Amino acid sequence: MYRSGRTAVWSAGLFVLLGAVVLTSAALGPVRIDVVTVAMAMLNAVVIPVGVTSSSASLPVFGVSVPTPGLEYATVFSFDVPVTHQIIVKDIRLPRITLAATVGLSLGAAGTVMQGFFRNPLADPSIIGVSSGAAAGAVAAIVFPGLIPFGSLHVPAFLGALATAFLVYAIATEGGRTPVATLLLAGVAIQTFLGAMISYMLVHSGDSLQQAVYWMMGHLNNSQWGDVGFALPITLAGVLALCAFRQELNVLLLGEEDAHHLGVEVERTKLLLLVLASIVTAAGVAVAGVIGFVGLVVPHIMRLIVGPDHRILLPTSALAGASFLVATDTLARTGPAVVPVGIITAALGAPFFLFLLSRREVRSV
Amino acid sequence: MTEPGQSPETADSDLESDEQSRPDPATISVEDCALSFGELSVLEDVSLTIEPGEFVGFVGPNGAGKTTLLRTISAALEPDSGTVAIDGTDVHDLSSRASSRLVSVVPQNTSISFSFPVRDVVEMGRHPHRSRFSSATPEDHAVVERALERTRTAELADRPIDEVSGGQRQRVVLARAIAQATPVMLLDEPTASLDVNHQVETLELVRELVDEGRTVIAAIHDLDLAARYCDRLVLLSDGTVARDGPPATVLTGDALADSFDANAVVTQNPVTGTETVTALADAHEPEPASRPDQVHVLGTGAAAAGVIARLAAAGIDMTLGPVSSGDAAAETARSLGVEAIETEPFARLAPEDRATAETLVREADVTVLADLVLGASTQPLLDTLETADGLVAIETRPLSERDFAGTDARARYNACCERAVDATLEGLLEAVADATVGGSSSRQSVDSIDAND
Repeated sequence: MYRSGRTAVWSAGLFVLLGAVVLTSAALGPVRIDVVTVAMAMLNAVVIPVGVTSSSASLPVFGVSVPTPGLEYATVFSFDVPVTHQIIVKDIRLPRITLAATVGLSLGAAGTVMQGFFRNPLADPSIIGVSSGAAAGAVAAIVFPGLIPFGSLHVPAFLGALATAFLVYAIATEGGRTPVATLLLAGVAIQTFLGAMISYMLVHSGDSLQQAVYWMMGHLNNSQWGDVGFALPITLAGVLALCAFRQELNVLLLGEEDAHHLGVEVERTKLLLLVLASIVTAAGVAVAGVIGFVGLVVPHIMRLIVGPDHRILLPTSALAGASFLVATDTLARTGPAVVPVGIITAALGAPFFLFLLSRREVRSV
Repeated sequence: MTEPGQSPETADSDLESDEQSRPDPATISVEDCALSFGELSVLEDVSLTIEPGEFVGFVGPNGAGKTTLLRTISAALEPDSGTVAIDGTDVHDLSSRASSRLVSVVPQNTSISFSFPVRDVVEMGRHPHRSRFSSATPEDHAVVERALERTRTAELADRPIDEVSGGQRQRVVLARAIAQATPVMLLDEPTASLDVNHQVETLELVRELVDEGRTVIAAIHDLDLAARYCDRLVLLSDGTVARDGPPATVLTGDALADSFDANAVVTQNPVTGTETVTALADAHEPEPASRPDQVHVLGTGAAAAGVIARLAAAGIDMTLGPVSSGDAAAETARSLGVEAIETEPFARLAPEDRATAETLVREADVTVLADLVLGASTQPLLDTLETADGLVAIETRPLSERDFAGTDARARYNACCERAVDATLEGLLEAVADATVGGSSSRQSVDSIDAND
């Protein structure tokens, strides 16, 4: 009771923080818009479904437009906001901010799960090669556009990420058991191999080199609502599913044999955790590229603040990851030069992590 | 999902009452279990049946297979052949959840390297009783608090588990197992890193848990504690059951010599009345030629008790006395079944006891004088000692402290000691061997004196 109360308080607090960060971020940019106008513009953008249209709309599924019976939407609010401001907030800043929050959410949650799962403070969402797989998929699609028949880079990146995670899991599994140490080493080996493949492709990339390198740095430039539509549902579903395993994650920290004696179906739980964490990471990486350090540093900071209990650590890390990435992406797009957000997260995250290392026990998960 | 032993409904209703942690007892049967790690065979055809409500101790030397057998019973290891069943259900067919409601485990290595509060660690014991989406109920909290109290870890409840000592952590993990409220508990060295008062406290608690109806198996390397608290001991040796039964029948010098390859003496602990095992340094087996057939011990206190224990461990027949009843040497002799002439303290030596003692000294190949007290009961024996061969003297206390006779007796005793081989307890067996060789030539003359009598 006390604990669920504590979780609720922390989650609510971080939710409010996220709202404030989003609002502030939407107000900042080449055109300064005051926060009240931003709030009104955001509320104007809220729509609710009011009925089913008779005509077919189309929904992009895996990059292909699939005709589906569409829903008819109506706006709820109609505050008086200048049209330019409305467009800037709704169509330019909000998609990017929402996507940043989504990716931050996915990396914060997946990083927490991976660190708990591997009982290793150095684990991050990409530890079993998900990011490398995504990068290989995306770079292949950029360099050999003819070979990969997908319109957007999301799908090849997403599939590359999942295929890599599956491959690493399959390599590390023997006789129904997947030792965590083997998984880690297989992940490192596959990442190295994929690194070589990516370098090879880059050498032969010709004109598309810049695009490929830019993708790999991790950025949220030119984000569209379509990107959000791809990443947000997967991320939300995945993070909620991961939260259902919060107790198992705690018990797994005691070691696999103890966890078995405490009623955790160890191998099955490990597989599900890996699948969910990989899907969530893949969704984030597919739309934003490789954004480092969020999934490593945010769970550590939250662990220092709220403790190691996943019942509170997992939701708070996810929310904090969202705020963190929205904030850093705001820096990335409003600074003197527009830079990929991956550079900001790494440039801020690494010194901060070193600071933590020197002061507190980041050593323990 | 099969739920042998206990269904969740009964577990929940049990929690309502004060008898909350009194689960249905369960029978464990191990049949022909064999297990090897690669080439190394660790268990060989182990069969055991453990009755409900028994407290069974697994004892045996390091590497005998105690932990492996426990882990096989807990289903953490799968045997190469054979089965382990609890109440008729093979443990390997149980889901983790079903098995965790049936068996709780306190592992040997309890190191936990993250900072959960102690209370949270104990609360994890309730995990088997909880669904994925529910949080802890008031009943869960009550069970957790009670487990903390019973293991005397309540005052640690809010401390991070990685900041408590190894012994405290061991008790926290026991509390977790108690909170799990299972009919079967498996404990691997539950007292290994505890100090002496907590060892006793912990085993008293385990005893209580057994008396409440649990079936408990514990691997315990401390044989004295095992004998004191377990109903039954299973002595494992090289992966097989060497002995199985009540402590008194399992802990015998022979069994321990075979299994531990050690020189050990089993005596009765005068305080607890249970078996106490004293291991001695590996004695050099005396050469057969110099091995005495019979030794007589004359002395008192710890020195004489030590002599008796060492001779017994070396398998040498001996007699003792006269010695006051209640002396440490007399107690040791009694618990080892050594024949002794016991006298009332400070009494004069009865004529028949004197005659017996003289005969024993004369018939012995070697007589060991161990802190002999010169007094009313021993003075008459000086005549015999003066003519005896094969004397060994061990003196740990100065003569002045144990001399209650006159100058004359002291001089005669000192003369005896002059002829004796001086020894310490550690060098006793060598000294006895020397005295046997030295005395063997004069053995004849002793016999002839006998004949002349």
